[in-house]
Amino acid sequence: MKLLVCVSKTPETTAKIAFTDGDTQFDATGVQFIMNPYDEWYALVRALELKEAQGGSVTVINVGPASNDTIIRKALAIGADEAVRVDAEPSSSMFVAQQIAAYAKKEGFDAVFLGKETIDYNGSEVGAMVAELMEAPFVSYASHMEMDGDTATITRDIEGGSETVEVKAPFVLSAAKGLAEQRIANMRGIMMAKRKPLKVEAPVEADDLAVAVHYELPPKKGDVKLIDPEDMDELVRLLHEEAKAI
Amino acid sequence: MPDTGQAVNGTIEKRAREDKFQGHDYYAIDELLEDDHLIARDAVRTWVKQEVSPIIEEYAERAECPKHLYKGLAEIGAFGPNIPAEYGGGGMDEIAYGLIMQELERGDSGIRSMASVQGSLVMYPIWKYASEEQKRKYLPKLGNGDFIGCFGLTEPDHGSNPGGMVTNIKDDGDAYILNGAKMWITNSPVADIAVVWAKDEEGKIRGMVVEKDMPGFSAPEIHGKWSLRASITGELVFEDVRVPKANVFPEIRGLRGPLSCLSKARFGIAWGAIGAAMDCYDSALRYSLEREQFGRPIGGFQLTQKKLAEMITEITKAQLLAWRLGTLANKGKATPAQISMAKRNNVHMALEVAREARQIHGGMGITSEYPVMRHMMNLETVLTYEGTHDIHLLITGHDVTGLNAFQ
Ligand SMILES: Cc1cc2nc3c(=O)[nH]c(=O)nc-3n(C[C@H](O)[C@H](O)[C@H](O)COP(=O)(O)OP(=O)(O)OC[C@H]3O[C@@H](n4cnc5c(N)ncnc54)[C@H](O)[C@@H]3O)c2cc1C
Repeated sequence: MKLLVCVSKTPETTAKIAFTDGDTQFDATGVQFIMNPYDEWYALVRALELKEAQGGSVTVINVGPASNDTIIRKALAIGADEAVRVDAEPSSSMFVAQQIAAYAKKEGFDAVFLGKETIDYNGSEVGAMVAELMEAPFVSYASHMEMDGDTATITRDIEGGSETVEVKAPFVLSAAKGLAEQRIANMRGIMMAKRKPLKVEAPVEADDLAVAVHYELPPKKGDVKLIDPEDMDELVRLLHEEAKAI
Repeated sequence: MPDTGQAVNGTIEKRAREDKFQGHDYYAIDELLEDDHLIARDAVRTWVKQEVSPIIEEYAERAECPKHLYKGLAEIGAFGPNIPAEYGGGGMDEIAYGLIMQELERGDSGIRSMASVQGSLVMYPIWKYASEEQKRKYLPKLGNGDFIGCFGLTEPDHGSNPGGMVTNIKDDGDAYILNGAKMWITNSPVADIAVVWAKDEEGKIRGMVVEKDMPGFSAPEIHGKWSLRASITGELVFEDVRVPKANVFPEIRGLRGPLSCLSKARFGIAWGAIGAAMDCYDSALRYSLEREQFGRPIGGFQLTQKKLAEMITEITKAQLLAWRLGTLANKGKATPAQISMAKRNNVHMALEVAREARQIHGGMGITSEYPVMRHMMNLETVLTYEGTHDIHLLITGHDVTGLNAFQ
């Protein structure tokens, strides 16, 4: 199978989040970046498992500037065979999806894997858009998948349970927890990654369609109020009037 | 082969508490590193968080070696990462090696010692000095953890002065007869092979590979350590051990042999110590922001800030020293005296940071709830082995004055 895995770069989970330019831009100063865990731990590893079991190849794709090469190399170190970076700012989900779909169509992949969301903007959009642009089926939140010939049986998380669907290649899958288990790059893999191809492609013409105009941080958590366990009335009053929870 | 790490007094389970460690890079030194350095550091950090942090306190408390980690260390490639890949190493550069040691020691100096010894003190001399046949025989198995190795230089009566060693070999046809004893040998009770340094009949120091099963060879464990408790240490006792001549390094003679290995290991320790220091600082910084006294976080008091500010300053200086040393080492230009300076400075720095961090944690600082006391106790060994703090000072003194103050 010829598999394409989309990997994106996200701020490290403990990074301090701030915005600049009148709250219209993310402030990357001093922020450490990682590969989006859903891409790395689940999408990439499941693709590698399939390749190991059935043969084929795994290509990773990222839309972004040259500074993203570290996470791309990491994906190669974990085991991907080759990588492509579309040299452009990932300005919106639609822009990114158009780049990925264009590449996927050009190269004829059997399946495109990506994480169910990025842990920064939580869009969950790119997968569906890529599928639409490729005119391929899309299965989201996959927590289990098996391939038999060109048919994939995929279990996906739904509210309170799971659903199992069947699709024929080519298809697009977004990965949730459970699809695979995180793999740690070893030193040999890191050295091999240095010799694996990382192609840089020019972006295709694409629009943004939706543009972020304003960011806001959640309100700071207030102080905890301790209430005498005997005083149920006060608890109910506060939950009702201040927390507006009941 | 090491066993599966089942604890003698019952199984040690992974703790649920998360290891929140974050690296500290006050001077953006990451910008001086290459992609593979960052990926290697990240990989080892992840491994340590998954495999070391959840168990280390308990193994250290029980003074037990987590033997199952030898295989794990091999799998991530922590054994001889700077040995060429064709001989079972990782083929990486010296900075990558340093960063791997940093991350392992961030977990525990004992775990770092397991890897330092295997890579720098066992694989390195075999790669550098053994015959091609021996290299092929031992290196791949050492690299993948099928074999554990140890390094025997120190003797009961010869520590800082290894040149005075009395362990010796006598020619006996196709073999040498080895007699003597080594002391304080990391990994020795679990080792499959030992790289041993002994004097020949001309009084010249020779190196050789001694195998576990050779008759007359034993390696009893040393108990009662209050430091490096998760690393196993023992003796090496040789009573008329017949060591085939093929196992003796053909060319190398004199102290130069073992000292070249120590230079490699000390280089790694100069980086490793930064890991221990960062872990202590990281824990102290977080604690100082969470712990409140007199109605506000203790991090808001000037005296706590002085401690934290000095810690990160010293860590940053040590990082720059290590980075520059690594850059020189990559060009083959790091001198033993330069390595001594970095080992001495960085280990002492780490010990000071651990002590200050211990104070910031108050009473909690002496418990295994936090890693600080364990690092502090470990660093007492690190200050002493691979050349004591004072011996490295004398090396610098000798280097700058040309006058030898050892004797
Ligand atoms: C846990 C642990 C693991 C170890 N692992 C290994 C190993 O794997 N392989 C190995 O070969 N060794 C190992 N060692 C041994 C270690 O390298 C020695 O302990 C170290 O070299 C010091 O030797 P010593 O303990 O005999 O102290 P000594 O040499 O007796 O030193 C005692 C004190 O005297 C000082 N001193 C000595 N000479 C001078 C001088 N000329 N001028 C001023 N001061 C001086 C020293 O600085 C020190 O403070 C290990 C040690 C420990 C504790």
